[in-house]
Amino acid sequence: MFEKLKNNDKLIMLGFTIMVFAGPIILAPFGAGYPDLLQRFAIFGIFAIGFNILFGLTGYLSFGHAAFLGIGSYSAMWMFKLLTMNVIPALILSVIVSGLFSVVIGYMSLRRSGIYFSILTLAFAQMSYNLAYSVFTPITNGETGLQLRLQDARILDAVNTSGSLPSPMLFGLKLNATNVVEMFGMKLQFNWGFYFCAIILIAAFYVSLRIFRSPFGLMLRAVKTNQNRLNYTGINTRPYTLGAFVISGMYAGLAGALLVCTDPLAGPERMQWTASGEVVLMTILGGVGTLIGPVIGAGVIKYSENIFSKINDKVLEGYFAMMPESISDFLVFIVSPFVGSGWHLTLGLTFMLVVTFLPGGLVEGATRIFDWLGSIGKKTKSAKPGGNTEAAE
Amino acid sequence: MGILEVQNVSKRFGGLQALDDVNLSVEEGTIHAIIGPNGAGKSTLLNCFVGRLLPDAGTVLFQGNSLLGKKPHEINQMGVSRVFQTPEIFTDLTILENVMIPTFAKRDGAFKFNPFGRVLKEVEIKEHAEKLLHDVGLQDSLTEPASAMSRGNKRRLELAMCLSQEPKLLLLDEPTAGMARADTNATIDLLKEIGKSHDVTLVIIEHDMHVVFSLADKISVLAQGTVIVEDLPENIKGNPKVKEAYLGETDDG
Repeated sequence: MFEKLKNNDKLIMLGFTIMVFAGPIILAPFGAGYPDLLQRFAIFGIFAIGFNILFGLTGYLSFGHAAFLGIGSYSAMWMFKLLTMNVIPALILSVIVSGLFSVVIGYMSLRRSGIYFSILTLAFAQMSYNLAYSVFTPITNGETGLQLRLQDARILDAVNTSGSLPSPMLFGLKLNATNVVEMFGMKLQFNWGFYFCAIILIAAFYVSLRIFRSPFGLMLRAVKTNQNRLNYTGINTRPYTLGAFVISGMYAGLAGALLVCTDPLAGPERMQWTASGEVVLMTILGGVGTLIGPVIGAGVIKYSENIFSKINDKVLEGYFAMMPESISDFLVFIVSPFVGSGWHLTLGLTFMLVVTFLPGGLVEGATRIFDWLGSIGKKTKSAKPGGNTEAAE
Repeated sequence: MGILEVQNVSKRFGGLQALDDVNLSVEEGTIHAIIGPNGAGKSTLLNCFVGRLLPDAGTVLFQGNSLLGKKPHEINQMGVSRVFQTPEIFTDLTILENVMIPTFAKRDGAFKFNPFGRVLKEVEIKEHAEKLLHDVGLQDSLTEPASAMSRGNKRRLELAMCLSQEPKLLLLDEPTAGMARADTNATIDLLKEIGKSHDVTLVIIEHDMHVVFSLADKISVLAQGTVIVEDLPENIKGNPKVKEAYLGETDDG
């Protein structure tokens, strides 16, 4: 049954849409139902889906995709400052600009493969970071980051008389508006910004699904398994890999633009190598080359970043309050390095465990559980006839 | 003039003269075997045909056009396919996908940007690939991953991949190496069949004399980087030069 579900695109899209739209309800019991975090799930989900088109399909591991995230953010901010607070022009420009940058960076980096490609992309991203930090201060506002100001032109918008900074909107619909609803005994927060990101996430997921199923995607997977054979099969692999690189760069630019749509501030740290590394972790943790894996990986990492990092010694003492003081102190002592500012330790350990025991990421874990459940179901029936396994070599 | 003309080709690797003034002419529609002792330069010569190596001197003409300096994918698009000595296939993909890829390459050329096409709806491509897999006897496991195949089946798969492109010239680098006798004979029959039914010229590098003499219309003997004899199979056996070249060598076929 799971196999069938895995290959039915309509069911996949339906399931994905329902899960995303119900996000505020599903995640509320886990303390993750607030708009800021939900938006991050959606945005970094888009980022990771795009990254997976390059890394998951072609196997080219880019360590510089945060550069495109930052480029998208800056482009969108300039649209907010010059043209209008409507998010549509901002999104369009950021996708175009990050696409152009990825053509240039991709063209140069893809001349090499393997570790050299990774190092080249890392070098380009760090270069972009340093340029944004210092040389391009007139465009990027350097260390402070690019912010909205009252005296910005915004030639399409009406003159701002309110005296407060405008906020990003979609044809008048303010994206930071939240409807709070009491339901199922919980306080549920439905935020326009999240639903805007969610719709784009679903569209991004659909495009990725189509690429996975297309002849273009088949060629990209062939690049990953045997690029040499593909060349001798009459395929010019360079434009295929460049195509994948540019598409993933545009996804990153889109995600960057959505970041400033929900929080209008763009700083250079967004382009730093740690940000590039984060999307690699997301993709591997969720499952490289799988459709849904990157979204799950992005969710898990953003969840732990926001939830584990908020747990401090006080909160832990609260958890262990019912125990005798000596035991509670001991447990707090043991657990505290893994939470709060030490949440990276938890992430690192999780990552190690996943890579060691589930090379296919969390998706492989889920598949194994389903297979295991399926095999239990089968065992009750008659045993399967032994497959005639052919001796290899 | 033949479909493949090799004129005065030389290639040196450091102190080793791998190819020394090689001349070769392959007639269209024939099966041409290149034999010779180990280290004679057979694989080097083949690498010069497909763009993997650039000779130091000489020309390689395919249907009158030079192949030198062309990229591997350009040479393939001209109608030259190659089966490698160790099977080069897409191990992570299914057997069917392995054959669909070269079929796409034949139909769509070296590059086509179609991210919204659907592989599943490419019925013609699929049927074509299935037919070729049937021809080589791999019709039973189309959706299996190619990595799970035996080495002999991997060779057949690679052959199907090359044939799906309907090449004008098919280069085979030791197509029966490491095969059991029965598999070797099956491969001989298959290649004979291909030579007849497809409009294709075959160039075969082979150690196994049984294979060579059952297939070849013409044989070139390569020794120490140069062609010492080019003749019909029946004249090769008794040729003293050939005996000399193989002296001290054992037939490892």
